[in-house]
Amino acid sequence: MPASLSTEDIEQKLDLLLDVEFSFLKTRHHAETLAALPSEKQHYLLVWIDRIASTNIQLAYQFIDQAVAVLDEMDKNTVEDWALYAMDTYDQAGLHKALAVIRDVDYFIRLNHERTYGASYEDQASVLLHFVHGLSGRQLKIDQSNLGQDLAWTDTETIYLPSLIAKLDSCHDNFLLYKITVTFLWAQVRFGTFRAPLQQILEHHDEAENVQQLFHTLESIRLEACIQRELPGLYRDILRIKTHLSINKDNSVLSDLIDQLEQPQCTSQISLELALTNLQHLQSCQSLYYQGMIKPEQVYQTMMDRIDKEKALIKISLADLEEELNKNKSKPGKLDARFTKSEEEDIERTSIEITLDDQPISVPENIRTLSKSILLDLDDIPAEYLEAAGPGEYDPELFKPKEEDPDDVWKGTYHEEGAFLYNEWDYRRQHYRKNWCAMREKSVTPVYDSFVSDTLNKYSGLIKHLRKTFEAMRDENRVLKRQTDGEEVDIDALVEALTDSCDGSEMTDRLYTRMHKSERNIAVVIMVDMSGSTKGWINNAERESLILLCEALETLDDRYAIYGFSGVARKRCELYTIKTFDEPYNSEIKARISGIQPKDYTRMGFAIRHLSKLLNEIDARTRILITISDGKPDDYDNYRGEYGIEDTRRALIEARRDGIHPYCITIDERARDYLPHMYGPAAFTVLDDVQQLPLKVSDIYRRLTI
Amino acid sequence: MNAHTLKAEEYFIKDEPFYQAVGDEIAVFEAAYNQKLPVLLKGPTGCGKTRFMEYMAWRLKRPLITVSCHDDLTASDLVGRYLISGGETVWVDGPLARSVRTGAICYLDEIVEARKDTMVVIHPLADDRRVLPMEKLGEVLAASSEFCLSVSYNPGYQSVLKDLKQSTRQRFVALEFDYPDAELEARIIAKEADIDLELAGKLVKFAHMTRNLKGSGLEEGASTRLLVHAARLIHDGISPVTACHCAIAQALTDDSEMLTAIDELSSSLF
Ligand SMILES: Nc1ncnc2c1ncn2[C@@H]1O[C@H](COP(=O)(O)OP(=O)(O)OP(=O)(O)O)[C@@H](O)[C@H]1O
Ligand SMILES: [Mg+2]
Repeated sequence: MPASLSTEDIEQKLDLLLDVEFSFLKTRHHAETLAALPSEKQHYLLVWIDRIASTNIQLAYQFIDQAVAVLDEMDKNTVEDWALYAMDTYDQAGLHKALAVIRDVDYFIRLNHERTYGASYEDQASVLLHFVHGLSGRQLKIDQSNLGQDLAWTDTETIYLPSLIAKLDSCHDNFLLYKITVTFLWAQVRFGTFRAPLQQILEHHDEAENVQQLFHTLESIRLEACIQRELPGLYRDILRIKTHLSINKDNSVLSDLIDQLEQPQCTSQISLELALTNLQHLQSCQSLYYQGMIKPEQVYQTMMDRIDKEKALIKISLADLEEELNKNKSKPGKLDARFTKSEEEDIERTSIEITLDDQPISVPENIRTLSKSILLDLDDIPAEYLEAAGPGEYDPELFKPKEEDPDDVWKGTYHEEGAFLYNEWDYRRQHYRKNWCAMREKSVTPVYDSFVSDTLNKYSGLIKHLRKTFEAMRDENRVLKRQTDGEEVDIDALVEALTDSCDGSEMTDRLYTRMHKSERNIAVVIMVDMSGSTKGWINNAERESLILLCEALETLDDRYAIYGFSGVARKRCELYTIKTFDEPYNSEIKARISGIQPKDYTRMGFAIRHLSKLLNEIDARTRILITISDGKPDDYDNYRGEYGIEDTRRALIEARRDGIHPYCITIDERARDYLPHMYGPAAFTVLDDVQQLPLKVSDIYRRLTI
Repeated sequence: MNAHTLKAEEYFIKDEPFYQAVGDEIAVFEAAYNQKLPVLLKGPTGCGKTRFMEYMAWRLKRPLITVSCHDDLTASDLVGRYLISGGETVWVDGPLARSVRTGAICYLDEIVEARKDTMVVIHPLADDRRVLPMEKLGEVLAASSEFCLSVSYNPGYQSVLKDLKQSTRQRFVALEFDYPDAELEARIIAKEADIDLELAGKLVKFAHMTRNLKGSGLEEGASTRLLVHAARLIHDGISPVTACHCAIAQALTDDSEMLTAIDELSSSLF
């Protein structure tokens, strides 16, 4: 048990932790309160004050007051959750919101309770996404609604969901409520809620709000009937959940209409007409939680954009298809596409037929997907959609994705935009900062200059030598003769043995041939430092090394990929693709190596995490991650010194846990101070001279994998 | 181990297998057979290729010899080898040589899985020479007129390394197989597992859900084969949700979130 601290001791510590020299915070009073606690609690709180202060001093200051007050009521786990939640809130929403978390402990406790029994978006998102992809129709995305809005809705491309559902008493039921909500919103898209001209009518109607509400009520009845037909199992869940959701259930006035709405042939147009004709004597019910809300304006916008876009896309796709099919033909054929509407409403079976000079062509996946989506909007595919676009009719640039705003990444759906979010380890907090780095894969512009041939000439002797030594490492499938056991009889050995046995000498049992299968099954990623500090000699040496290494690796069957890393702060982490595993080493790759240029800073954690992920997807017995670098991690938003080193170390620990062997080659002579801590004692090489890099890299690789 | 003592006669299929034609594949195969052209069956796993071959063998009244190719399968596994018997070496035909001699239908399943050297023996059989070189015997075996070579190939998920070479694929008449449309597939399942058509229809609907997930989390959707399995379990009294979980979901993926999602889909449907 550590010794109890006096008020003075504590005040001194607090002054340091809270940086009072600059923050001008008064710590005397707090010190007194803390001094009154038993020593174990003192130390416990000081550790947490330190951690929080590393994130924000004001936050830590507030924490002291509150923590002392609640320490007796709350168990330690809850205190820690509370502190971490406040820090996460600070990361995501700023100081103001974080302070609120600290001040309003009761709110947190309530929230914590909800978190224990509720279902959170974060935990359920990927199951829900798979689920909604499995349902038919357009592939919808899911995302969290904006903060503070806990209602669900869809714009017909994305389903927005609350971040937490805790309406019901058990985790399972709360999850079910998510699932039902997702299904309900999916049903709006799938069964054409927004094919009714709602928006046009609302624009001119005096009682727009009532119309919208009544329409929603009637549509909800219709959609539930659709769900009952389509997903009877889920419908049973709806019925059960409904009894738990308290609402004023008086919809007896609606009963006349219910019959009509529940008919399979009922449409949203009918719901809308009914809403308009009955506006005076019908009251809309309060909608049930899972029925979400409708936002006609957003839907209308999204739909209009999409309809234009998809019309163009399908026409362009047809034109591309025609061109593709006619590629090697002397007499180009005429493409013809036709749509016949099926009797039943079954989106999976709608038939588009494509023929080329009356020969049926199988419909490509992308056209099938587009036609499904178009059908959901229009309930038909107009003939003009199915005429291939003429040359220059559309500018393909129109459909290129827009240049991303780095902040957009946090708004969800980021995977499709080619950005990935990674956690980062904050050593002072002793915790990860969630989704802290946004990473994008970028390409290196190939430079076709004389660099590669110069390098090949300069090192021609070395290359020959490397190829020879590498060839000796090859392990190929080959037939081993005269084995005691094997797949086939070794006829030569057998004949000899038979002769031997005729002589009366002893007959050998080495009579088989066996196939020796290659054991060498290696995948390696080379991660090259492209930070600004590599400018000049180092960059040159790195590029030369890569060329030599590739030349040597080509004699082996090892799979290898090369990426460069750099970035400016956490929102612009960049990984430059130089060679993927699938790409063969060819003139394009060589030109990319030649095109490697120094960029910005050295943030390493995200790169290690992302490349580990790539390596893990490769089926190989041995996976290696080699970093070529010129110095320690460094980036301008605090990724200096210990923070960067600790995050990098953490990322390497994660990689090792996944069975990856990390190795580092560096030319920073001070690296011996920090590399053993990051990579472990035997997993790095420090070169004293840049010029050695090209000579050494391949050799190190050879020794690593021999 | 005494496979070599089986006579080709024993590979005759006596009872008509149930095969539900999807397009004109039966007529095309028959024509190819008459014209002595080898046939390539393309299509995803479990969509009825093997069943089709059994049916055609029955229909054409030829024995069917099936070889499932794997990455250890060598040319001599197909052609034959010397074995030692009573102090002497004797030659034993492999399945391909046996088919060539007796005029059977030889079906090489998943041809791309086999070792590259097997192509050396397949190529001369698959063009108009129709001969099988038997290197170790120093002979070239001419195929009898009833012999037919057919191979299968799943273009869906093989790695680029295993793509079928042009020189191979251009020797074959290709038949493309895919999962049958919903109504037909339901009928197949109802018949194979002896369950009612409505339930079979729901299983097919469930299969479509998993096929929607192909490419966004699943490598493949549920095949007809898996549906038949699930249907059989249901026939024996297992609940549909459990049957879908055991016979389909678990067969498709190990990813726990995906498994949950698939279970949620089946529990929504049944
Ligand atoms: N057209 C069909 N008629 C009758 N049964 C079918 C048909 N298609 C599929 N089946 C059923 O599906 C099962 C699997 O089919 P089969 O074994 O022929 O698949 P396959 O295409 O050979 O698959 P793999 O490529 O995995 O070998 C069959 O046992 C049968 O029950
Ligand atoms: Mg088969």
